[in-house]
Amino acid sequence: MTVTHPVAAGAQSGPLQVPAEVVSLGPAGDYLLLTLSAPGIAERTGPGQFAALAVGGPQSSMLLRRSFSIYRADPDADTLEIVFAVHRKGTAWLAELRPGDPVDVVGPLGRPFELPDQPVACMLVGGGYGTAPLFSLAQRLHDRGCAVHLVLGATTEPRLFGVAEAERVADTVTVTTEDGSTGVRGRVTDVLPDLVTRTHAGRFYACGPMGMLRAVAAAAADHAIGSQCAVEEAMACGVGVCMTCVLPVIGDDGRTRMTRSCVDGPVFAGDRVRWDAVGTLPPDTVGAPTGGGQ
Amino acid sequence: MTDVDLSIDLAGVALPNPVMTASGCAAAGRELDQFFDVAELGAVVTKSIMRDPRSGRPTPRMAETPSGMLNSIGLQGPGIDSFLANDLPWLTQRGARTVVSIAGSAVGEYAELARRVGASAGVSAIEVNISCPNVENRGLVFACDPAQASTVVAAVRREVPTEIPVFAKLSPDVTDIVAIADSVMSAGATGLSMINTLLGIAIDPDTLRPVLGGVTGGLSGPAVRPVALRCVWQVHAAMPDVPIIGIGGIRTGFDALEFLLAGATAVQVGTVIFHDPSAPIRVVSELATELADRGFKSPAEVVGFAHRSGDAE
Repeated sequence: MTVTHPVAAGAQSGPLQVPAEVVSLGPAGDYLLLTLSAPGIAERTGPGQFAALAVGGPQSSMLLRRSFSIYRADPDADTLEIVFAVHRKGTAWLAELRPGDPVDVVGPLGRPFELPDQPVACMLVGGGYGTAPLFSLAQRLHDRGCAVHLVLGATTEPRLFGVAEAERVADTVTVTTEDGSTGVRGRVTDVLPDLVTRTHAGRFYACGPMGMLRAVAAAAADHAIGSQCAVEEAMACGVGVCMTCVLPVIGDDGRTRMTRSCVDGPVFAGDRVRWDAVGTLPPDTVGAPTGGGQ
Repeated sequence: MTDVDLSIDLAGVALPNPVMTASGCAAAGRELDQFFDVAELGAVVTKSIMRDPRSGRPTPRMAETPSGMLNSIGLQGPGIDSFLANDLPWLTQRGARTVVSIAGSAVGEYAELARRVGASAGVSAIEVNISCPNVENRGLVFACDPAQASTVVAAVRREVPTEIPVFAKLSPDVTDIVAIADSVMSAGATGLSMINTLLGIAIDPDTLRPVLGGVTGGLSGPAVRPVALRCVWQVHAAMPDVPIIGIGGIRTGFDALEFLLAGATAVQVGTVIFHDPSAPIRVVSELATELADRGFKSPAEVVGFAHRSGDAE
């Protein structure tokens, strides 16, 4: 299948670094929804791209940017929205922001989801707040005449994100929770085989934890259909210079390289990622040590 | 804005200002060129180039630490052929001055890299990253032993045309940095880059195991700045005529000025790029302001100025 990147013809490409300002911050289930006024970024943003936020202010002792996939980008309002959970002190700082506060933002970063040229039924699978980039993707797919089937999963109901919105943007919505608090008890991947058969899906899109992506890519392979998986690797810079966010990815030449998820991803074709080997260095990786260590 | 002329002479190489990127923090310039014109820097220092393509280490490769970070990238890179075919021509065409950092796992590899880089157009200087284990000598780090360090530097110097300066990048993880500095200068280095990262470890609060795939990693960022300044200070005090490039946690124009005051002729901005991709060009303009505010007309006027009070250790 031929594909195109969804950046509009004539649109500016490449990231900007802008002094953004908090418009609003509020709860969304167990998560927080942050809306930023970030001049110029929204018009360049495609579904699946992310933004890297500096945290802690100009003299912060936290040097590494925090990267978040962009939930919504509104070119008219010049705003970006991101969804996050408080993990450690960086996200705790973000959670204390108030309207009007400055935040240094770099974006949009990374490659967006590739869109099919022909109308095809698409299965969009998200885990936790990994669903965030799937809603703008659903809209783009709809605009191209694709049927959109959304599958949202989480451990428990408050960890789901965007169920109400899903009903508006998708032709069908399936919800799974591991504790059965709502929807189908189990994991997103439990419902995929049956859904693929019923919807005749010709393509998978997924965003969420590594284990979920691995399972989605495997399900796609089982049904001989393509998958586009957005990974959530830890990053230091987000712009391609630090080489920390790498994972083993098979290139066009069939060889595995440690590949940057910030600039060559975060969206990868599911059959190109060595999911079993993430976090390791496969011995057949280009430039892998042959004897001595590195 | 000011009547400060930021241009400098670094060991015979004319640079428009003393601010460079630090090796490993700017790849080969292309990514940062999206945020500012890399040709406006004093120079771009490339990520260390090795002879062969190199995968680097498994992830996790970094851990944030207070005002710094640990990394165990493992010198991932495409190798010298790809660098010379793709990256160096791009930097030259872009109008940037390029300092090529080279790294090897044996003396012969450094020599081969030096010969090929030295024979290429568009190289302003070579920086020798000697903080690598020597596979031919029980994995001992070249930079931590005066004899090994000088062997590498002598091998590089022999292969490089005399008009290209050779800077040896020193590790702070040594008992006496002046002794190492003296040794590499005697071996033919033109100048010194100080400092490389300090070896550290971080432990994960959930797994209770080391965070990094490589277990140990290099500490960088503002946390190491006082250590770097001390190294520059000590070496400048001992060898006031040796050109020094100061490196270590520079975040602002004043941080850069501090290194000049301690004895550096030029500086490199590194880890802070991850926080602010525009940091190198911002430091250029902030340094001009810091100099002007104090009535200085050029960076050269302040090199080693802090020693003039007579309070050296």
